Amino acid sequence: MPSFVITDKCDGCKGQDRTACLYICPNDLMVLDQERMKAYNQEPSMCWECYNCVKICPQQAIDMRGYADFMPLGASVVPLRGTEDIMWTVKFRDGSVKRFKFPIRTTPEGSAPPDGGFGFGSATLDDQLLATEPASLRTDKVWTLGD
Amino acid sequence: MQDFATKEVTTDLLIIGGGMAATGAGVEAAYWAKKNGQKVVLVDKAALDRSGAVAMGLSAINQYVGENSPVDYLSYVQQDLMGLCRQDLVMDIARHVNGSVHMFEGFGLPIWKDPDGQYVHEGRWQLMINGESYKLILAEAAKNAMATLDDDGEIVERVFVHELLLDKNDKNRVAGAIGFNVREPYEFYVFKAKAVLVAAGGAVHVFRPRSTGEGLGRAWYPPWNSGSSSALMQEAGAEMTSQEVIFIPARYKDGYGPVGAWFLLFKATATTASGVNYMGEGLAEGGELHNWLPYGAVKPIPTCLRNHLMMQRVYMEGDGPILMHTDKAIEKIASEAPDEKAKKRKIKELEAEAWEDFLDMTISQAMLWASKNVYPEKGPSEIIPSEPYFIGSHSGASGAWCSGPEDLQDDTSKAEYFWGYNRMSTVKGLFAAGDGVGDSSHKFSSGSFTEGRIAAKAAIKYCMENADMPEVDQAKIDELKAKTYAPMKLYEDTKDYAVGDLHKGYTYSEEINPNWIDPKMLMFRIQKIMDEYAAGWGAQYTCSATTLNIALDLLKYVREDLDKVAARDIHELMRYWENNHRLLIAEAHVRHKLFREETRWPGYYYRADFKKMDEGNWGDVFANSKYDAETNEWEMIKRPIIRFVKIEKVVGMV
Ligand SMILES: Cc1cc2nc3c(=O)[nH]c(=O)nc-3n(C[C@H](O)[C@H](O)[C@H](O)COP(=O)(O)OP(=O)(O)OC[C@H]3O[C@@H](n4cnc5c(N)ncnc54)[C@H](O)[C@@H]3O)c2cc1C
Ligand code: SF4
Ligand code: SF4
Repeated sequence: MPSFVITDKCDGCKGQDRTACLYICPNDLMVLDQERMKAYNQEPSMCWECYNCVKICPQQAIDMRGYADFMPLGASVVPLRGTEDIMWTVKFRDGSVKRFKFPIRTTPEGSAPPDGGFGFGSATLDDQLLATEPASLRTDKVWTLGD
Repeated sequence: MQDFATKEVTTDLLIIGGGMAATGAGVEAAYWAKKNGQKVVLVDKAALDRSGAVAMGLSAINQYVGENSPVDYLSYVQQDLMGLCRQDLVMDIARHVNGSVHMFEGFGLPIWKDPDGQYVHEGRWQLMINGESYKLILAEAAKNAMATLDDDGEIVERVFVHELLLDKNDKNRVAGAIGFNVREPYEFYVFKAKAVLVAAGGAVHVFRPRSTGEGLGRAWYPPWNSGSSSALMQEAGAEMTSQEVIFIPARYKDGYGPVGAWFLLFKATATTASGVNYMGEGLAEGGELHNWLPYGAVKPIPTCLRNHLMMQRVYMEGDGPILMHTDKAIEKIASEAPDEKAKKRKIKELEAEAWEDFLDMTISQAMLWASKNVYPEKGPSEIIPSEPYFIGSHSGASGAWCSGPEDLQDDTSKAEYFWGYNRMSTVKGLFAAGDGVGDSSHKFSSGSFTEGRIAAKAAIKYCMENADMPEVDQAKIDELKAKTYAPMKLYEDTKDYAVGDLHKGYTYSEEINPNWIDPKMLMFRIQKIMDEYAAGWGAQYTCSATTLNIALDLLKYVREDLDKVAARDIHELMRYWENNHRLLIAEAHVRHKLFREETRWPGYYYRADFKKMDEGNWGDVFANSKYDAETNEWEMIKRPIIRFVKIEKVVGMV
């Protein structure tokens, strides 16, 4: 399979400014059937099961069926990604369930400062310092031979 | 066939790729470009938020030098690659990498801290993170940095770059690149640039993967990196290095889930099926590792040698599979708890850490364990060596031959390793980073980002000092445009073949139109050749001059058949060009393997006709190559490994 679209839930991202799963798939696998306005995975055997389409879908319309050539059926791994953390529900073939929650970031979405909060230093194009150094190194100079 | 419009983009610096190295390059280039009035364009075949090897996330930052010195890190890298590395490049990354990691924390990446506020290490060099959004956070920093350039900063997504452009008047100077949009509007892109920084990752699916059905895409390395860094640079005539040094990770079987935390953090051991501790056996007096001195006898045992012990046991002695004793490791840690309640809590904590390791970076492995009812606390799990991958940023070494920094040299090394601009290849204005740069392994995510920063700063300096715009030959561009879309044209021209005169009355499915093969079959052809004749898993990682020469003959036919590959649509056109890149890296790889007449990295590959390491002839040289695209000729070159820093003591992982 591996990622597949639950057509009842998929609305083709009609109201959104972009079709989320198409936008995100690193391998260009998701396409939109324009007539039905439903997305699908056009090349299942090139899917890495990276779950990026699953995580981003606003309708939670994408699920995963493990690779048929080596995964017994019946298990599922379902993420619910928020702005600060992600919840995972892992269901085993034997029916048992595990849940995990992990943080994903410590700053508000969109706010990552290019200098990492260190400011830009006094580096010049002719020296060995990078833009945020030496502050970002938390030392007073960049290392060289003999130090 | 539809007509594809041409879109021209002119810039000072062009960054190709959007992964770890390219985001680092974006962050750094934006600063220097703004200061100096330069323009920067970054182009990625996918969406920056989730592209490259870290698309899914990671659970650890594998290079953080902390309080150790860059020489300590060098000692570890040199040991791991059986003596092969460029000391200048490795130390250069190591001296800057802490800064990158501190910046990641500032961007918003959660790095684990202990109660004293110190980073939690997985091993000496590795930090544990909650890395689900690792790539997204770095992409955000790069986007925010590029935004400060206003009109002088542009990020182009979903454009596949397939060839570099050279200066009309100087064939050894880069002038830009061409690519095509895989999304509407389907435009042909011509990038004109003074400097180009290639950071388009490594390669997978050059060798046949172990899983060839629906799970074809589940290689350890992500299926979207197809060797573009190497192919682009090689095609442009850049000198390449160590293209024989692939990486074979040993991971949990089928899902390729990480084992690092199990070995380093949980201190699990692995044994053969009959219970032999193969590492201990190899290390013991008279053990196999002593056949690989000096590297075999010094800890940490190089990655290839660890594979080697495993392969010997499994393939030669039939004592497979290899089992990771997760249950025993958990039991041991838990047993150290003071009471029953603390023990339960500890087990729960370990369980969450173990599952997070998978869920952050190899979700399939979690699905696989759940689907087979595998509970790590109850029993062991199988680990297995994968197929070979090209990933010079990890424990392989393939990539471009680049200039190093000026200050980290002695006189001899400076004459060989320094030509003006840090991380510039042998082609003027053409820079590389991450998997694009060879002989500087173990940079991983953080080191690749760091190298992107180093290269970007040098590239802006180059743009300032070489201010005239290179000239691009319009006739050449027209020719390249026709070549770009040729597979789609072939499809259009011959798809109705069945109704033509010649084969009237014949029927067949579209795939077996006698006029073409599709891009997937092109990939399968390359994979089969590489697997069987160039030391893939199917050949038990073994090759010889005889088999390598067969591989070369067969790859030559593949090259001749390139104009018989048809693409039904733009997506398949991208697949065609990916496999075109795979072919070039495959050819380079086979030639390098043939050139280096020794077995230096047992566990990565074996030369059956040269079973041992040959320190006298090969211990102090890099195998390099240059490809002439016009004549389709290859030149093999030896370059000296200059170890100007003496390693007193190898500093390990723990
Ligand atoms: C499974 C796995 C696990 C790993 N685990 C860890 C870990 O735990 N810790 C750690 O620190 N490191 C880890 N690494 C290593 C780390 O991911 C790499 O070292 C790092 O990503 C290399 O950076 P890069 O920029 O060279 O390549 P990538 O990050 O892979 O980026 C390549 C970029 O190039 C783009 N691209 C490719 N071809 C083209 C083209 N033709 N045109 C335009 N764009 C193109 C891709 O879309 C992508 O944006 C792991 C790697 C893998 C594969
Ligand atoms: S992201 Fe979800 S809702 Fe939008 S097109 Fe894809 S599957 Fe449908
Ligand atoms: S799981 Fe990843 S590779 Fe597969 S379709 Fe979704 S985004 Fe693409």
